[in-house]
Amino acid sequence: MSVKQHRRLLVPVAAAAVMGLALAGCTGDIAAQTAEDTDCAAYTDYGTFEGSPEVTIGGTIQDDEADRLVKSWADFQACTGITVNYTGTKEFEAQIAVLAEGGSAPDIGIIPQPGLFNKLADAGFLKAAPAAVEANVDEWWSADWKGYGTAADGTFYAAPLMASVKGYVWYSPSEFKEKGYEIPTSLDEMMDLTAQIASDGTVPWCAGVGSGDATGWPGTDWVEDYVLRQAGAETYDKWVTHEIPFNDPAIVTAFNSVGDILKNPEYVNAGLGDVSSIISTEFGDAGLPVLDGTCALHHQASFYEGFWKNADGSDATVAPDGDVYAFLLPPAESGGEQAVTGGGELVSAFAESDEITAVLSYLSSDTWANNRVALKGVISANTGLDASLASSDILKQSVEILQDPNTVFRFDGSDLMPGAVGTDSFWKGIVSWLSGDDTQKVVDTIESSWPKS
Amino acid sequence: MTTADLLGKIIQVVAALAAFSLVIGLVLFLIDKAPKRGRDYWQLAFFLLPALILLAVGLIYPAFRTSLLAFSNSSGEWVGGENFVWMFTQPAALITLGNTVIWVVVVPILSTAIGLAYALFIDKSRGEKYFKALVFMPMAISFVGAGIIWRFVYDYKSGDSAQIGLLNQILVWFGAEPVQWLQTSPINTFLLIVVMIWIQTGFAMVICSAAIKGVPTEQIEAAQLDGTNPWQRFTNVTLPGIRGSLVVVITTISIATLKVFDIVRTMTAGNFDTSVIANEMYTQAFRAGEQGRGAALAIVLFLLVLPIVIYNVRVLRQQREIR
Amino acid sequence: MSDNVVDLPIPGTAKGKADSTAEVVGKASRVKRRLTSRTATAVALVIAVLWTLPTFGLFISSFRPAGLISTTGWWTIFQNPGFTLANYQEVLFSTSQSSPQLGAYFVNSLAIAIPATLFPLVIAAMAAYAFAWIKFKWSGALFVLIFALQIVPLQLALIPLLQMFTQFLRPGQIWIHELIPMIPEQGYLPVWIAHTIFALPLAIFLLHNFISEIPGEVIEAARVDGASHGQVFFRIVLPLAVPALASFAIFQFLWVWNDLLVALIFSGGTQDVAPLTQRLAELTGTRGQDWQRLTAAAFVSLVVPLIVFFSLQRYFVRGLLAGSTKG
Repeated sequence: MSVKQHRRLLVPVAAAAVMGLALAGCTGDIAAQTAEDTDCAAYTDYGTFEGSPEVTIGGTIQDDEADRLVKSWADFQACTGITVNYTGTKEFEAQIAVLAEGGSAPDIGIIPQPGLFNKLADAGFLKAAPAAVEANVDEWWSADWKGYGTAADGTFYAAPLMASVKGYVWYSPSEFKEKGYEIPTSLDEMMDLTAQIASDGTVPWCAGVGSGDATGWPGTDWVEDYVLRQAGAETYDKWVTHEIPFNDPAIVTAFNSVGDILKNPEYVNAGLGDVSSIISTEFGDAGLPVLDGTCALHHQASFYEGFWKNADGSDATVAPDGDVYAFLLPPAESGGEQAVTGGGELVSAFAESDEITAVLSYLSSDTWANNRVALKGVISANTGLDASLASSDILKQSVEILQDPNTVFRFDGSDLMPGAVGTDSFWKGIVSWLSGDDTQKVVDTIESSWPKS
Repeated sequence: MTTADLLGKIIQVVAALAAFSLVIGLVLFLIDKAPKRGRDYWQLAFFLLPALILLAVGLIYPAFRTSLLAFSNSSGEWVGGENFVWMFTQPAALITLGNTVIWVVVVPILSTAIGLAYALFIDKSRGEKYFKALVFMPMAISFVGAGIIWRFVYDYKSGDSAQIGLLNQILVWFGAEPVQWLQTSPINTFLLIVVMIWIQTGFAMVICSAAIKGVPTEQIEAAQLDGTNPWQRFTNVTLPGIRGSLVVVITTISIATLKVFDIVRTMTAGNFDTSVIANEMYTQAFRAGEQGRGAALAIVLFLLVLPIVIYNVRVLRQQREIR
Repeated sequence: MSDNVVDLPIPGTAKGKADSTAEVVGKASRVKRRLTSRTATAVALVIAVLWTLPTFGLFISSFRPAGLISTTGWWTIFQNPGFTLANYQEVLFSTSQSSPQLGAYFVNSLAIAIPATLFPLVIAAMAAYAFAWIKFKWSGALFVLIFALQIVPLQLALIPLLQMFTQFLRPGQIWIHELIPMIPEQGYLPVWIAHTIFALPLAIFLLHNFISEIPGEVIEAARVDGASHGQVFFRIVLPLAVPALASFAIFQFLWVWNDLLVALIFSGGTQDVAPLTQRLAELTGTRGQDWQRLTAAAFVSLVVPLIVFFSLQRYFVRGLLAGSTKG
């Protein structure tokens, strides 16, 4: 190559480099927070570390929520001298096993579902929880929650972190008031309400299970909620652990009860089309017709609070007297026990060191739970959490449900099943069911996909 | 990012490029200074070794391990052919296989044909660069971006509300009912194929264009003097001249098509009879954590490539014989 | 291959007659040529429009507010006016502690893509030369094996490679980090090597085709003059293969630029190494509720590959082989 050609090649490279530098110019050096300007009283138990050791954490939480997470340990870092480096990606779930097997997992993983946790624990990638962490969990969490962090071999590996409550039904308080609708206290009452709304001339429900490559999951939440309420916690546990097959009559009943709503053309899909439009509607858009009154009821977890946006892009008010609010999907019988499904993260370590232990114990403490919840947007099932810190009415209500000793809490079932079912055939089954396949065929197909071992 | 970080990054890149040039320079120097006896073999070794070592470590060894995985379950126990039995007994197996075949036949042919025609038609035209850039752009847009682009084409809203998908809007303008494109089999498979063709045409066009420019101008001029028409010049001069490149383009696109899963995964998630083998492989190996099933599917993919490999071997033989 | 019927002189025709026919044919073909070139242009235009229209829709959408994007079609922009730079603003300037300014990611993407384009280019060109012009036993079989490796799914090769990097490469990286503290432990090196390996089968296959089509006389002549393979490679083969090198460079650059998987696995996803794609994936929010930002993100990340495309265009030159063959 001649010199001239070399120069030609350099021009684009240089141009690109200059562009990068120009953008890099917007970057700044952020001054680190120091121990002097922080109240360290709450952090003395964790000790202080010389030479600022680094602890890496990986997880699925990102963007604004990741910011709040990072902020939740800012004081801890300043007081203990530990540097916590958090990296959040959507791909975490798919990649953590690869990283662990390849020997380059982060020190700590925030694992978003128990199914994945069990897989990692069984493969021997996780380190048993330090004594301090176990003590924290015994003190602040219910036995159910501790159980989710315990592997099949009985070793306790992971403390819970945050939590969410599923199975809310969103409605418009003003519409309910105007038309005299009552919040139902049993599933039958909810069907009566549905029929009443339909006879008043409104299509009662709006739903959408579209979610890109995870299309179908909002439908699995429906089925799980019904299994837990109709068949009870014991059957639910057997179902997710495959002690009873997926095509058990109890599951078929739950599917059919959900179908009474979702597959009834008179009850769905308000403002969005016919039954099949449930599949093509993004779950994020599906609830929005509640705001303009074309739809009366929408089933979705507590996180949906952040999705309510008016047509002009402004946030809608979520409150008992606001634009939209939610009630928990009622128990099967009026006055029956309060059973809820939900989700949450589990925190476990892939490596061992004193600073990792310190970080783990902090994350499992009530101090952390209160710090994080005070930063808004999330809640935790930590019983040491002050419910009044929760940033909205829905979240306050969720904390109370989680902390109520009478509540039966069960993890989202698809998160507990093997990946081949919970993140594949169950989702696909929901899609084919909504596009017209009958219940028996769908549950049989899902059952046949359950891995043998 | 601090200034020190930036400096560190620049040092890394510059040092790496310098070290690389040094190594290559050294290799070429050694090639020239190789002992006279068996010199050809030394030279051969130096030319080939860097690539061979990297491939052995990074692809051949992993491929070998994968084939072993195909005979075990997710906890690593030996299960013999169970994964293969599973693969062919699941209800949608035949549809998935059939779809894969449709993809691998339609995509390479259409994208190469369109890419070649476009490259020919705009060759030597004014603003060739910009014309090329237009067709190249789909390649350069990330899959995430492409997913949204096609959502604005295939999206469905029920009759009375405003459409945001162009295709349905066109139907509505003509007074027809909107269609749920991606849920209607079998047209949905072809609509997904359109996306792949849209992306791969850019590849075909760039390679064909480079090849067309390699056809000696004298030959074309000579044919022109002979009074041939453009079609004859194309079939008699240009086509033989770029035949090798065409084989390369078709082969490359075929393999890329067999491997592609992003389009199916993001647009239909394999529902409504649109799944292809690569999508099943990705789902099983990474979503479901069933490495064994994933590996078994990977082996089937490999078998599907064999006909393409055999065809290329024949072309290669012909080439060598001509020389 | 088709036989050259038209090129054959027709025996037994009078010279004068032949001349006049040639004239007629000439005129007719000129008219025909203009016509064909007109149809050709029209077809090219149609393809260009069809291929650009979907992207154009995204481009319009990237300037529309989120609410309008998901309720009205982009072609109704005049009936439903609403222009906003918010999408771009969020993509370019929104920052947070956990994910710093876009600049850092831009630098990382460039730092990953430039070496990860040049390394496989050079290594593959050398290998392709050996396969094309050095005769050795098993060369055909070896070439076919390498070419068949294209099908190995990237995802299934990750774990073994990562294990090897952790074992053998990591100590070296730590040593470099201690020597020059500015270079983080998690450097770009594993990402470069991984991209290079994954690019090689296609690169060798692609370049081999072009390099083997260089007329044999050129290389034989040089070899007879006493040039070594090294000299032939540098002085003759590389310059003649420039269009092929440029086209492969364009694609390799943009594959690396748009890659997320390899970068995440081999860089550990830390801010020291994470590419632009990681930031863009993050922008959609934890539950994908802010997907409208991706409309702008797609164009932000498109800029650099387009620059590369345009600047490498100059290497698509005609007639490099001119004079080397008799035609």
